[in-house]
Amino acid sequence: MESSVQSLGQDGSSRLLASGLGWRRRAVNIVMTALIAGAFVLAMLPLFSLVFEVAKRGIPGLSLEFFTEDARGVVGGGGASHAIMGTLVITGVAAVISVPIGIMAAIYLNEYGTGRLRRALTFFVDVMTGIPSIVAGLFAYALFEIFFGPGIRLGVMGSVALSVLMTPIVIRSAEEVLKIVPDHLREASYALGTPKWKTITKIVLPTAFAGLVTGVMIAIARIVGETAPLLVTTGVVDSMNTDPFDGRMQNLAVYAYNEYRSPGVMKQAAYDKAWAAALTLIAIVMILNVAARLVYRRYKTEIR
Amino acid sequence: MLGAATKKQKRSDSEPGAETGRGEMSESRPTPATSTEAAAVPGRRAKTIEVRAVDLFYGDFQAVEGVTMTIEPNKVTALIGSSGCGKTTFLRSLNRMHELTPGARVQGEVTLDGEDIYDGRVDPVAVRRLIGMVFQQPNPFPTMSIYDNVAAGLNLNAKKVSKTQKDGVVERSLRGAHLWEEVKDRLDKPGGGLSGGQQQRLCIARAIAVEPEVLLMDEPCSALDPVATLAVEDLIAELKNRYTIVVVTHNMQQAARASDVTAFFNLDETGKPGHLVEMGPTEEIFTNPKKKETEDYVSGRFG
Repeated sequence: MESSVQSLGQDGSSRLLASGLGWRRRAVNIVMTALIAGAFVLAMLPLFSLVFEVAKRGIPGLSLEFFTEDARGVVGGGGASHAIMGTLVITGVAAVISVPIGIMAAIYLNEYGTGRLRRALTFFVDVMTGIPSIVAGLFAYALFEIFFGPGIRLGVMGSVALSVLMTPIVIRSAEEVLKIVPDHLREASYALGTPKWKTITKIVLPTAFAGLVTGVMIAIARIVGETAPLLVTTGVVDSMNTDPFDGRMQNLAVYAYNEYRSPGVMKQAAYDKAWAAALTLIAIVMILNVAARLVYRRYKTEIR
Repeated sequence: MLGAATKKQKRSDSEPGAETGRGEMSESRPTPATSTEAAAVPGRRAKTIEVRAVDLFYGDFQAVEGVTMTIEPNKVTALIGSSGCGKTTFLRSLNRMHELTPGARVQGEVTLDGEDIYDGRVDPVAVRRLIGMVFQQPNPFPTMSIYDNVAAGLNLNAKKVSKTQKDGVVERSLRGAHLWEEVKDRLDKPGGGLSGGQQQRLCIARAIAVEPEVLLMDEPCSALDPVATLAVEDLIAELKNRYTIVVVTHNMQQAARASDVTAFFNLDETGKPGHLVEMGPTEEIFTNPKKKETEDYVSGRFG
């Protein structure tokens, strides 16, 4: 040991330093680093440009009035409070429908389901994830048309349409989260003589809690900006409506679309409001995402 | 039926062990909560497990073949044998954990003091309340504090247990697992914050808090350092006064040190089912085994 250390010191040569960093390897390293960084910048550019553009065009349309007034009987003026409220109500009801169904379905798939039925369900969940949103809208419309006749427009119809889109997302994310709850925790619980349902409600779900909440929030963020299914289900309206079971209900996405499609006489004001609505939507999505992260960080369970 | 025995046990416990808080307990409460008072009562009755011609399968694959043995109360029975010989599978069949694996099947008979635990009318949940288990990897519940981990069995299964009663069970169990002194000031901290050895003792405390009659341990020390291993071994030696203990171990010295009875499992070749080669007093198995196979294994000459 000692002698080898000495021999290294004496002739000053080290096997570690001998080859040095070859120029070729250095060059390849620089090129690859540049390529990867370039790809990253390329991917980020549209995002920043989009946020920047929406902010630039949306901010002029923002005003106190935008958040507090609806657009009933005004020409060119008015606000989007009815659309904001509509978005919150429609999405909220959609979440109320989707979250229990989605989480229970995920529990079934991960904790109970076996064999063919399980595989079939997983397959259909995958298919559902890919349903075009307009199809979900038409489905909800067709469903309600059976009971209420043609031309029906209700906030809750939009919620049903959105929940068709949201449920598979919730199932998927909840399933993934339940999957990473280690089996040894379930077994530890069983070994105490705990029935399966209690193991799930008291051990598995609490352990997965942070991930479940995060998944739900991201699913909400994913559907909050849907336009097409709401066009055919909730309709277009200028006045505030907080009751999803009574009449048409505006929402931000449709509001933005509508301000652009039929701006009326005061074109610029309408365009500004469309952009402001878009900005508000982005803000909502961002808040949901940040909240999801915070919840995750606050409540995550260390799983080994 | 097992449920009946549970009730009987409850009564026999409650006669000599009359202590505090008994008046609050209702008749309908399930065993773990009720018999907790017995934790302090020395010499409570551990149970005998009789295994007759047990075959264990994973789907079409037979993992264990034709095991017959008697596991005696108040003794530590060690299961030794090379990897893949089915010791762990066999252990898991003793409290019906084996069947949790999809496709797993059991043939044969396992009785706990004469009652068949695989009787169609027996709820596996009831079996596991009487036959607890400690796992290879310490697995405290990550969402729970140290206190809640120990009280988990009560919280999850008992109808209602008063706080004082629960405090008593937690302290007794932690003392029983030689962990009390180390954690008494931080019972509200998460169990995951403890060292590996402490976590394993926490898991033992959690297992004994529900007052099982038999304690199964699946290589309880394999994830622990030598000091922690010794602590757990000491604990096992003490626990046998109150429980029937079965330990799977890869560590021959551990089997020699910590067990009274040793059962050697082996398999003829990979892919063939494992079987019980020989079972007897630990000293005999290690010094004077009847079969050559056993002698080769315990002396380190395999095959």
